[in-house]
Amino acid sequence: MRICVVGCGAVGSLFAANLATLDDVEVWAYDVSQAHVDAINANGLRLTGAGEVVGRPCATTDATELPACDFGLVVTKAMHTEPAIRATAHAFADGCVATVQNGLGNEETIAAHAERVIRGTTFPAGKIVEPGVVQWDVKGDTTFGPFEPKPAPFAEVERLAEACTRAGMPTHAVADARGPQWRKVIFNASTNPIGALTGLTHGRVCERPDLRALVSGLVAEGKAVAAAQGIVLDADPEELIDHAAKPEVAYGHKASMLQDVEAHRQTEIDYLNGGIVRFGREHGVATPLNEAIWALVKGVEQSWQ
Amino acid sequence: VIRSVCVAGAGSIGSLLAAHLARVSAVSVLARREAHAQALNEQGLRVSGRADFTASVVAATDPDALPEPDLVILACKGTDLEPLSARLAGRFPGATVMTIQNGLGAEEIVGAHGDWPLLSAVTFMSGTRHGDTHVEYVLDTATWIGPHRGTTEADARIAADLIVSSGLKAEAFADLRPAQWSKLIFNATVNGVAALTELPHDFHFGQEERLSDLGHLVRELVDEGKAVAAAAGVELHDDPWEMNMLATQRGFRHSPSMLEDVEARRPTELELINGSLVREAAKVGVPVPLHTAVYRLVKAKEASYSE
Repeated sequence: MRICVVGCGAVGSLFAANLATLDDVEVWAYDVSQAHVDAINANGLRLTGAGEVVGRPCATTDATELPACDFGLVVTKAMHTEPAIRATAHAFADGCVATVQNGLGNEETIAAHAERVIRGTTFPAGKIVEPGVVQWDVKGDTTFGPFEPKPAPFAEVERLAEACTRAGMPTHAVADARGPQWRKVIFNASTNPIGALTGLTHGRVCERPDLRALVSGLVAEGKAVAAAQGIVLDADPEELIDHAAKPEVAYGHKASMLQDVEAHRQTEIDYLNGGIVRFGREHGVATPLNEAIWALVKGVEQSWQ
Repeated sequence: VIRSVCVAGAGSIGSLLAAHLARVSAVSVLARREAHAQALNEQGLRVSGRADFTASVVAATDPDALPEPDLVILACKGTDLEPLSARLAGRFPGATVMTIQNGLGAEEIVGAHGDWPLLSAVTFMSGTRHGDTHVEYVLDTATWIGPHRGTTEADARIAADLIVSSGLKAEAFADLRPAQWSKLIFNATVNGVAALTELPHDFHFGQEERLSDLGHLVRELVDEGKAVAAAAGVELHDDPWEMNMLATQRGFRHSPSMLEDVEARRPTELELINGSLVREAAKVGVPVPLHTAVYRLVKAKEASYSE
C-alpha cells in the first residue's frame, strides 16, 4: 500500500512517521517547507513526547515526483487545501483521498480534484520543534467515513483505518463520519475564536460565567445547524468544553487561533465559524453569533494589513 | 452669566475647552498631576491645528487652591469620573456642573457627590495631546448641551453660547437624550468592534460585500441599539449607521479611545458605554445578543491584561 501525506506539519508528521514504521506501507510526505523535507530525507522524521518514533517517509516539495498512490491523506491548514490537492491530485487518479483537517468544506474542495473522497476527523496534536522533529503532545482517535457526494468504497476506508490503527494511530471506519467532525468543529468554533479575541486561555474563558454563556450560545447555533442536516453528534461539545477546562487537561492551553493571532498568521476562522454560517444558510438556520465572531476575527486579520 | 469656568481633567477634550474658554472667561484647570498643574501655570496652554494661540490658565491639583467658578466642566475619562467627583464633594457649592463623558450615567455618578445643578453634554470634537501644555484641535464638530438636574434649556443655552463665543462649536437642546443616545449607540458599536479587532475606525466598518465583512456586524449592532432606543421612548437625533458611514468616508483612520486604551492596556470606558447600553436594553426588555457578546468579549480582553 502506498500513502501520501499531503501537508507534513505537526499532525501530518504524526501520521507520516507512524505509518512509515509499517513494513507493508510505503509513505510519501509532500510539504512546502524545504528545510523540513530535507531533514526528513537526511535523518528520518522523529516524534518525541507522547510516543518516541522515527519513521522514514520519502519527503518532497515537488508534487510531480509523487508516484501513483492508493491513498492521499490531506493534513494542511484548511486555507491551503485547494493548492495542495490541485498540485498532488495526479497521484490519486486511481486512489482515494482522505482529509483529517480542521473545519468544514475541505471534503468539498478535495472532491473538485479527486473521485473517491474520505471524510475524517482527528484529535492527536503536536508541534514542529525543528525541521524533521515533532513534539507529540496529545494522543487521540481518528474517524474516517466515505464523503457522501463522492464516496470512497467502504472497504478502502476500512483498509486505511486499519493501517493507521496498526501504525499506532487508533482509527475507526464508520458509515457516517459527520458526527465526530461536527462535534470537533463546534468545539473549536465556540472556543478558539473567544480565546483569540480576548487573549485568554481555554480555562480562563470557561471560568468567566458571562463568557462561558457566550460559548454556549455559539455551541447551540452549531448544534442547530448539525441537527438540520440530520447529523447526530457523537458527544456533546458542552461536556468536552468543560472537560478541557480542567486544570489537568487544557486549562492553560492557548487555542491555536490565539497563537495564530499573536503571530499575525491567517486563522482557520473561515472554515470554522464561517463554515457553520455557510451550512446554516444552506439549511435555513440562523447563526447570528457565529456570524459576529467570524466578522470580528476577519477584522483582526485585516488589522495586520 | 458665566464669568468663570473650572475644567476638571485636562486630557485632549478638557485642554481644548480650557484653552478656548480662557479667551472669553476666567479659566482654572483642576489637574491630577502636580507637574501638569505647574507646567500649565508657567507656560499656559497652546492650541494648534484648527486654531493657533496660547491661553493663560490657573491650574492646581487641589480644588481648594482654585477660585470658585460659575461652571465646572468635568472633562475626565469616564473611568476617572467617580474619584474626581469624590474630590469635588463639598466644594464649589454655587457652581453648575456639566458632564461630558461618553456613554450614559455620568450625571448620576457626579450627582451622588453633591447637589450642584447639573448639565449634560456630549461632544463630537476631537483633539490630540502633544504634552501637558499643547493640544492639537483635530475635528471641529460640535458639543451638544442639555439640561439635567435643576437646570433648564436656558442654562444649557448660556453654556453653549459661551463655548461658541470662545471659538468652538456648541448647541443647546431642550432634551439631550436623542443626541446622547445617538452617540451612545455609535460609540458602543464602533469602540467595541475597534477594541476587539484592533482596527481603527476605517472603511472596514462600512464594508458589506462578503458575508464575513465587518459592516454587517456594525449594522446589526446599530439596529439592536435603535431597537433599545425606540423601546425607551427616545427618538434618535442622528442615525448611528449614517454617523458611522460619514466618519469612515472622511478617509481619516481615527483610533477610537477604547482601541487606544486596549493597545495601552489601560482600563476602558466599557461600563459607561457598552455596559450602559446592555443594561438599558435589559430595563426595557429588548434582547441585544450581539451587544452582549461584544460587551463580554471586551470585558474579558481587559481582564486578560489587568488581572
